[in-house]
Amino acid sequence: MNFDLTEEQQMIVDQAAKFVANESPVERFRKLRETEQGWEPSMWAKMAEQGWLAIAVPEEQGGFGGTFLDMGIILEQLGRGLVPEPIIASAVLAGGILSDNGTEAQRDAFLNPMIEGSTSLAFAYAETQSRYALSDCKTTATKSSGDGYTINGEKVWVLNGHAADQIIVAARTGGGQFDEEGLSLFIVDGDAPGLERVRVNQMDGQRSAILRFTDVAVGADRLIGREGEARGIIELAVDRGAAAACAEGFGCAQELFERTVAYLKEREQFGVPIGSFQALQHKVVDMYAELELVRSAMILSSVRADVDDSETRKAEISAAKLQLTDSGWFIAETAIQLFGGIGVTDEQDEGLFFKRLRCLQGLFGDGDWHVERFQSLKGFDAVD
Amino acid sequence: MELSYSDDQIRFREEVRSWIAEAMPAHIKSKAENGQNFEQDEVMEWHKILYAKGWVAPNWPEEVGGPGWDVTQRSIFQEECVRANTPGLSPFGLSMVGPLLIQYGSPEQKERFLPKILAGEEVWCQGYSEPNAGSDLANLQLKAEKDGDDYILNGQKTWTTYAQYADWIFVLCRTSSDGKKQEGITFLLADIHNTPGIEVKPFLTTGGTYAFSETWFKDARVPQANIVGPEGGGWTMAKALLGHERTGIGGIADSARGIKRAKSIAQQTPVGTATLFDDAAFRNRIARKEMRLRNIEILNLRQLSAAQLGHAPGAESSVLKIVGTELQQETDELCMDAMGHNALGWLDSPEEAMPPNQQSLASQFNYNRAATIYGGSNEIQKNIIAKQMLRMPGA
Repeated sequence: MNFDLTEEQQMIVDQAAKFVANESPVERFRKLRETEQGWEPSMWAKMAEQGWLAIAVPEEQGGFGGTFLDMGIILEQLGRGLVPEPIIASAVLAGGILSDNGTEAQRDAFLNPMIEGSTSLAFAYAETQSRYALSDCKTTATKSSGDGYTINGEKVWVLNGHAADQIIVAARTGGGQFDEEGLSLFIVDGDAPGLERVRVNQMDGQRSAILRFTDVAVGADRLIGREGEARGIIELAVDRGAAAACAEGFGCAQELFERTVAYLKEREQFGVPIGSFQALQHKVVDMYAELELVRSAMILSSVRADVDDSETRKAEISAAKLQLTDSGWFIAETAIQLFGGIGVTDEQDEGLFFKRLRCLQGLFGDGDWHVERFQSLKGFDAVD
Repeated sequence: MELSYSDDQIRFREEVRSWIAEAMPAHIKSKAENGQNFEQDEVMEWHKILYAKGWVAPNWPEEVGGPGWDVTQRSIFQEECVRANTPGLSPFGLSMVGPLLIQYGSPEQKERFLPKILAGEEVWCQGYSEPNAGSDLANLQLKAEKDGDDYILNGQKTWTTYAQYADWIFVLCRTSSDGKKQEGITFLLADIHNTPGIEVKPFLTTGGTYAFSETWFKDARVPQANIVGPEGGGWTMAKALLGHERTGIGGIADSARGIKRAKSIAQQTPVGTATLFDDAAFRNRIARKEMRLRNIEILNLRQLSAAQLGHAPGAESSVLKIVGTELQQETDELCMDAMGHNALGWLDSPEEAMPPNQQSLASQFNYNRAATIYGGSNEIQKNIIAKQMLRMPGA
């Protein structure tokens, strides 16, 4: 048992904090949220130079062979600056899938350019009717006359789907709409004929997309892993997404907490700093207590994101994501309350963190979904 | 960062588990398996069994009789005790005045008191609160006046938990009324049975048990040699001791046990053709508590790990006290809810209406309201965090 960062990890944290302060403070995000793309390829390239996009990729694949926690501590810092580059969509979700399951040729063609920062990726799994159900998939991939597949269907809330050079899409090669069997993953070019992309501006100022596939043809070399056996891959990817949300959300929550503490010391009413009022002190202490639990959630989920034992992974990532959902939300709403009227103005940064936390809450399974999954695991029934 | 236990630690857990299973006498074991409350003589019987094994004071250094465990081993040991429902030992000697004496006691005091605490030959209680000094502890008025080599004590202490079983009491008393009220406080040890003028009156708690007492001092003569730390240094002693108290006060293992009990009752409670445990709403409620507990456990382990590195318990232990005791009460509520109509019953209800383990839970549900109050109420903990951690103005 050990909760210390290694020296190397501490260096990563320091580097990332400096990067956010110098290259991407919140003002940068304010400007980017007004643009169509919402993020900048030049900054993406700089992030690649830092090695961040390859941090969790094994050394034999050209990465740094780090752990998920190495990625987590970077995301935490990026969360403090609301950095909008698509590191979760591209490196955590799609990159993770390719690194674990891609053939060498697939990694050369799609993973390597991404970790070098010259392309970005996305992972399309949710559909309008699916909510968080990972097997509910109407999109189909049927064997075409050659040795390829033809994809038809629609995916929604695809993070970075508007800009990605390639998209990993979950489609049915067999089974019925809700079956765990018969799901497959394909890698599709962003400009593939028959793929329509509708950019969606999210509440938090980030971008995602609706993707409509009409007879999109892919070769057999675009199938990732074995046909019909993608359910476990999808669940692992979404678990990593949840762990990433905990890490970024922890950064957002820390920032909100620290800003609130500072504001209570500086804002005066009735001739005194409002932080001298016990009613407000206790609220901000409640924020502190919940923040400590989000820190636990980040540690727990980052460490478990690497664990192969999927029961432990699922249970503990669900516990962590629920904590982010409950405590992150508590911190966000209390911060706005303590800022008072200006907390509800767009010019104040706190609202931006509030929105980001709310979006992270709804991504990769909300609290209720994780509670449901947690209690469906075998270990839940044990009482000895 | 590593959350898993090492092979050695897993073996240690197995060793502790199997030792407890063998060492518990049959009459204690049957109560433990039923989740029933223990009588004082059963608690002391278990104390002596642990003492003989050398495991009675996990937090003490080896040279004064501790087992030489690191913080992870102590935490594993604590978890296994709660898991097996062993009688809970009185913390006042082993976890409070003992560690304080180790830290601040004179060589004579260490020699005089520590071995008897270890052996369970002398039982301790705590004399801090007074009728007019609760959260405002520094307002305490138990008067100590010098007379020859003694102090003469006059006044009253309250919430002196288990004073009726105690041989000794450690008190905060007022040796001076000059200057800041914190500066006139002294930490003193008093022999309850051999000091004329000390009188203990237990009172019934809402849990149906006699946990608390009032303790009266009428011209009670206590040697000045029984001061711990300097005269007027009692406030510093009190804070040091509270730090020792708070580290174990989050009730983490108790919450874990509470969740298992709620599950177990739910599994044995028929609802239609299934059980309460199959009820989606109830399952989800249990799950939410268990999931929060997991994150609180990580917080607890983070603090243990910091303690291992030698960091003194700081205001973070206040966070653990707050979130831990709140969860502890919520798991009690969950158990009560699982009991359904049986939760109407009380300690003298017939067993066919309410099994003994459920009676204990009902008692615990009531008594554990004290968890958010004792050791510095949760609101006082929030004041401590506001002041020490967040440095809020005027706090």
